[in-house]
Amino acid sequence: MTSFEAAAGRSDERESSERQRTLGHAAGGLASKRIITAYGFWIFLLSDIIMFSAFFATYAVLVGDTAGGPGGRELFNLHNVGIETAVLLVSSFTCGLASISARARSVSWFYGAMTATFILGAAFLTIEIREFASMIARGAGPTRSAFLSAFFTLVGCHGLHITAGLLWLLTMMAQVFAKGYRADILRRILCFSLFWHALDIIWVAIFTVVYLMGVVL
Amino acid sequence: MAPIVLTACQPAVLDPQGPVGLAQKMILVDSLAIMLAIVVPTITATFAFAWWFRASNARAHYLPNWVFSGRIELIVWSIPLLVIMLLGGVAWIASHDLDPAKPLPSNTPPLEVQVVSLDWKWLFIYPSQGVASVNRLVVPAGMPIHFSLTSASVMNAFFIPQLGSMIYTMNGMTTQLNLQADAPGSFPGLSSQYSGDGFSDMHFDVLAVSAERFAGWIEATRNTGPTLDPGSYAALARQSINTRPFTFRAADPGLFQLIVTQKLPPGPGPRTGRPDVSVSPRTED
Amino acid sequence: MWGKLSWAAIPFDQPIPLIASGVVGGVITGVLALITLKGWLPYLWREWITSVDHKRIGIMYILLAMVMLLRGFTDAIMMRSQQALAFRSQGYLPPEHYDQIFSAHGTLMIFFVAMPFVIGLMNFVVPLQLGIRDVAFPTLNSVGFWLTATGVLLVNISLLVGEFARTGWLPYPPLSELTYSPGVGVDYYLWSLEISGVGTLLAGINLITTVLKLHAPGMTYMRMPMFCWTTLASNLLIVAAFPILTATLTMLVLDRYLGFHFFTNEAGGNMMMFVNLIWVWGHPEVYILILPAFGVFSEVVSTFSNKPLFGYRSMVAATMVICILSFTVWLHHFFTMGAGADVNAIFGIASMIIAVPTGVKIFNWLFTMYGGRIVYSTPILWSIGFMVTFVIGGMTGVLLAVPPADFVLHNSLFLVAHFHNVIIGGVLFGAFAGYTYWFPKAFGFRLHEGLGKASFWCWITGFYVAFMPLYVLGLMGMTRRMQHYDVAAWHPWLLIAAGGAAIIFIGIILQIAQLVVSIRRREQLRDETGDPWNGRSLEWATPSPPPAFNFAVLPRIESGDAYWGMKERALQQARLSEEPAYAEIEMPRNSPTGFICAFFATIMGFALIWHIWWMVGLAAVGAYATFVVFAWRDVDEYIIPAETVARIDRANRSARSAALARRQAAS
Ligand code: HEA
Ligand code: HEA
Ligand code: CUA
Ligand SMILES: [Cu+2]
Repeated sequence: MTSFEAAAGRSDERESSERQRTLGHAAGGLASKRIITAYGFWIFLLSDIIMFSAFFATYAVLVGDTAGGPGGRELFNLHNVGIETAVLLVSSFTCGLASISARARSVSWFYGAMTATFILGAAFLTIEIREFASMIARGAGPTRSAFLSAFFTLVGCHGLHITAGLLWLLTMMAQVFAKGYRADILRRILCFSLFWHALDIIWVAIFTVVYLMGVVL
Repeated sequence: MAPIVLTACQPAVLDPQGPVGLAQKMILVDSLAIMLAIVVPTITATFAFAWWFRASNARAHYLPNWVFSGRIELIVWSIPLLVIMLLGGVAWIASHDLDPAKPLPSNTPPLEVQVVSLDWKWLFIYPSQGVASVNRLVVPAGMPIHFSLTSASVMNAFFIPQLGSMIYTMNGMTTQLNLQADAPGSFPGLSSQYSGDGFSDMHFDVLAVSAERFAGWIEATRNTGPTLDPGSYAALARQSINTRPFTFRAADPGLFQLIVTQKLPPGPGPRTGRPDVSVSPRTED
Repeated sequence: MWGKLSWAAIPFDQPIPLIASGVVGGVITGVLALITLKGWLPYLWREWITSVDHKRIGIMYILLAMVMLLRGFTDAIMMRSQQALAFRSQGYLPPEHYDQIFSAHGTLMIFFVAMPFVIGLMNFVVPLQLGIRDVAFPTLNSVGFWLTATGVLLVNISLLVGEFARTGWLPYPPLSELTYSPGVGVDYYLWSLEISGVGTLLAGINLITTVLKLHAPGMTYMRMPMFCWTTLASNLLIVAAFPILTATLTMLVLDRYLGFHFFTNEAGGNMMMFVNLIWVWGHPEVYILILPAFGVFSEVVSTFSNKPLFGYRSMVAATMVICILSFTVWLHHFFTMGAGADVNAIFGIASMIIAVPTGVKIFNWLFTMYGGRIVYSTPILWSIGFMVTFVIGGMTGVLLAVPPADFVLHNSLFLVAHFHNVIIGGVLFGAFAGYTYWFPKAFGFRLHEGLGKASFWCWITGFYVAFMPLYVLGLMGMTRRMQHYDVAAWHPWLLIAAGGAAIIFIGIILQIAQLVVSIRRREQLRDETGDPWNGRSLEWATPSPPPAFNFAVLPRIESGDAYWGMKERALQQARLSEEPAYAEIEMPRNSPTGFICAFFATIMGFALIWHIWWMVGLAAVGAYATFVVFAWRDVDEYIIPAETVARIDRANRSARSAALARRQAAS
């Protein structure tokens, strides 16, 4: 996961040439633009994770409040969710490939890996939307009970993030196509991959807390 | 009925009429005294330093490089810490002594009263006596009262300043409170949690009377007024402002439980609109 | 087509909001007309609206805060006069109007006065104090500001179109649910805070990254001015707390818009979730406000005492302790929920512990004054006024943290007195101290001292007269948010309180007069040296107002109180340091992104409030398009040539040499 290393402050050769340029720059003398951008984006991700924890906390409180409606055990299909999880994990891998190829300035690898990421992400979303649709069709929509409100909001919030990520992904592909690997584009690719990996981590938490514990407990 | 009698001419919280309020006043005064012991010197020192070290005072020493003193740092951290340790002890003990759910020590078993906050009035049910009262709470003096409280719609807080401890009322939940009035008297009570347009009129009066007069009141109540059942409760649950106190001759003993468990639906909220219900609703009357 | 919007939304039958919004609308149209007629629009667009300069953005934040302060004060005056009149009568404001006023007052004052004021100060000052040229993300900074402006706009539109929330400044469910608040008031509240909350989060990320990652060479953490530390702490709190607010409000939105059951009475909803979550944000929020004010006082007290800050390390530690502890006390806002003795006692004691680091701060300011040579300019008056007033407010806060005491004081006017005591005596006084202290830096001339002092005395007198009676009223059992009352004993105290508000009003008039007079006499009040107060930190090393790039050459920092050290060295060597070799400077280009984003956000917010779905879609597409267009731009920086830099810096250096010569002559 090269992007994580970069975010942690490691710099490579290209970095140091960029640093030369920015010395007299608004950024000041100490950190390069790349580090600053990654740093800021990390803080953003942290805040996003805090928002998710609020939804997690709410879910944990409301999980028993089914108001006579169905609970997790009746609703969740671990088989489907397992496929979803696998798809998302693989997409994280392809996303990692994409950022490696961007660093290596390989255009074809980049497009290939990004396309794969997009397809996997879209597949994940499709499975999720079908899951939601079937629950709503069975009368277990978010308005049924507090538990279901919390479930749809937590999982749906992650789904919205994936949707935004897909839009961003397309934008990044178009930018590389139109502008090539400029320093600022590379920084954005770095941020995008951070974002995508973070969504993966959040999903692992959802998988565990919502689905596994929901079915097993 | 007679207008609400509000006799309090001095600060009500500082004029407690029952053991709970009395203990709370003591906590209040003690805590304040503990803190003043450090706050008054601090304020005095502020004025003193500000005055003495004014630039025009040639007699004051100028110490432009005095920026650190280990001893002062130690004092500056430890004195507030000690004060807080003392105060924290007070808070810990008092929180346990004055837990609203804790029964009051007494030889007589407490009188049970069930309290329901409605939009915008108070319903008091006496389950053992089988009567109920709106916006007037009559209790025997010198006897502990145990309240179970809930709300029919939005959140409110039940508060009788001179008796102490307020507590929230919440729909679908029960909170517990124990109070006692030491001597006969009349005390104002109110909602201290804002609950909408009729909130300002959500006060009630508390009459503490002797045991005999209490028994008499129960008797009298049993003979007049409507009965409280799910039907009349539904009418009562509709929004209304400034409801005059009245009583129910008989109260369904299971009603409170039906409200708490939401078997009876919560209050309906505003009905008529001004100018349009979806824009700027206004309640009836 | 227009969702819930119709002519009925405009309160033609209610003169007060109609007149109020007429006046506001008139003023806005007048200003716009003036701007267009005078041909100022291109200038405003180029130099302010699209500016990504942290100084300009800071100034715009503060301007926004001051205008909203006036609106919030109008609300306060209305509440005070209503309560003065409403003894055994309805007063002149019916409940559905009065309830909007206190809700709007609280919302505006916290989110759109106090927040923008402190964020504006931090934006303006922190890069200058760190010796750098801009914040970490200049364009994002502009987006953050304009999103805050969107929130302001939405709240004020509610004056004329529809209504504002009638739930209090924190809309507790189920009162704020659709069943009990079917109008659009709560929706105005929700969307303006959701949108401006994003803006605040951006500001927080930006300032944290700036403080942690951007410093002039040699500016180590332990050499940063105290204000930078409190900025760091305050913004860490923003980043940790605001996402919780966003999540909580989102759940209420879902309840109201899509029939979810987070906090409803029905279907298992749990309103206690809301109360907990909102205070998990809400308590840190008050420290988000007070910490920057503590920073201002640290700068002001040390500057005007002509001494370094006493116990710097202790102050840093205290700041960080407050930052962390603030997340452990939220339950003290609802001791009366019946959580049980252990829980109440633990949270009560945790709350009290915050008095320790806060006390440390007070004592260290005291010892900064000790042995100082205190020059009584307006900023130090605000600071000393703060030290006295805040200690009283803090003490009543600690009293409220004792659960059994809170059982009789919760929600009473005693509580209202407590928080105005710490917010006015702390945050507002801090904001005013910062305003008078940094004004010359921002505009190149000082504020009139006489009027400033007069205003201070009116404020402090007015404050005590307006709010001390509320303590008494709280002890008399008067609760907050009362539209009318029948208790005779309360009436005189409420009359006194109204009188106090009138004295504050005089203070405000004097403050406005101060501004006007100072602008007219700006030539006499001109600050030639860039260092009007004999300052200690780096912002005073720049000319007033500072050039776009702040520092021609990034300064090298060798000690704390960096600029003081430089001056001392210059005095010893009897000359300034060598003239540096000037080089060209790259600066971020202006960008309309922030303004356009906010434009779409405003439309989206309004459309969401009124359920105009097609407009929501349109605005969403517009916002995405803005994002893509912004991402597409090629040149995001411009170059300031070395000659320009040299010219500006030489002028600054000659002003400094002159000041140096004056000081040598004096000694
Ligand atoms: C930052 C926060 C803040 C500030 C500054 C204030 C300031 C004031 N408040 Fe506020 N108030 C709140 C936050 C604040 N309040 C909150 C959160 C609530 C709770 C709301 C609720 O119940 O939900 C509340 C509620 C509240 C109540 C309701 C009490 C009740 O519940 O019954 C009242 C009653 O009078 C009141 C009065 C005042 C008064 C008289 C001032 C005065 O001090 C006003 C001061 C005047 C100004 C701040 C304007 C100054 C303008 C300028 C100085 C312009 C300067 C211009 C230049 C320099 C050019 N406030
Ligand atoms: C800037 C804003 C600000 C600040 C700084 C504070 C500071 C504090 N507040 Fe306050 N508070 C509010 C804003 C603020 N508060 C608001 C807006 C509300 C109400 C919201 C609403 O309901 O609408 C509120 C409500 C509130 C409550 C809820 C009461 C209730 O609803 O019933 C409590 C209870 O514990 C409390 C406690 C405290 C404490 C312990 C501090 C401490 O941080 C104070 C510490 C400072 C000192 C103690 C003074 C200096 C110290 C010394 C000189 C050392 C020696 C002193 C001692 C050892 C005591 N506050
Ligand atoms: Cu707290 Cu119910
Ligand atoms: Cu708090």
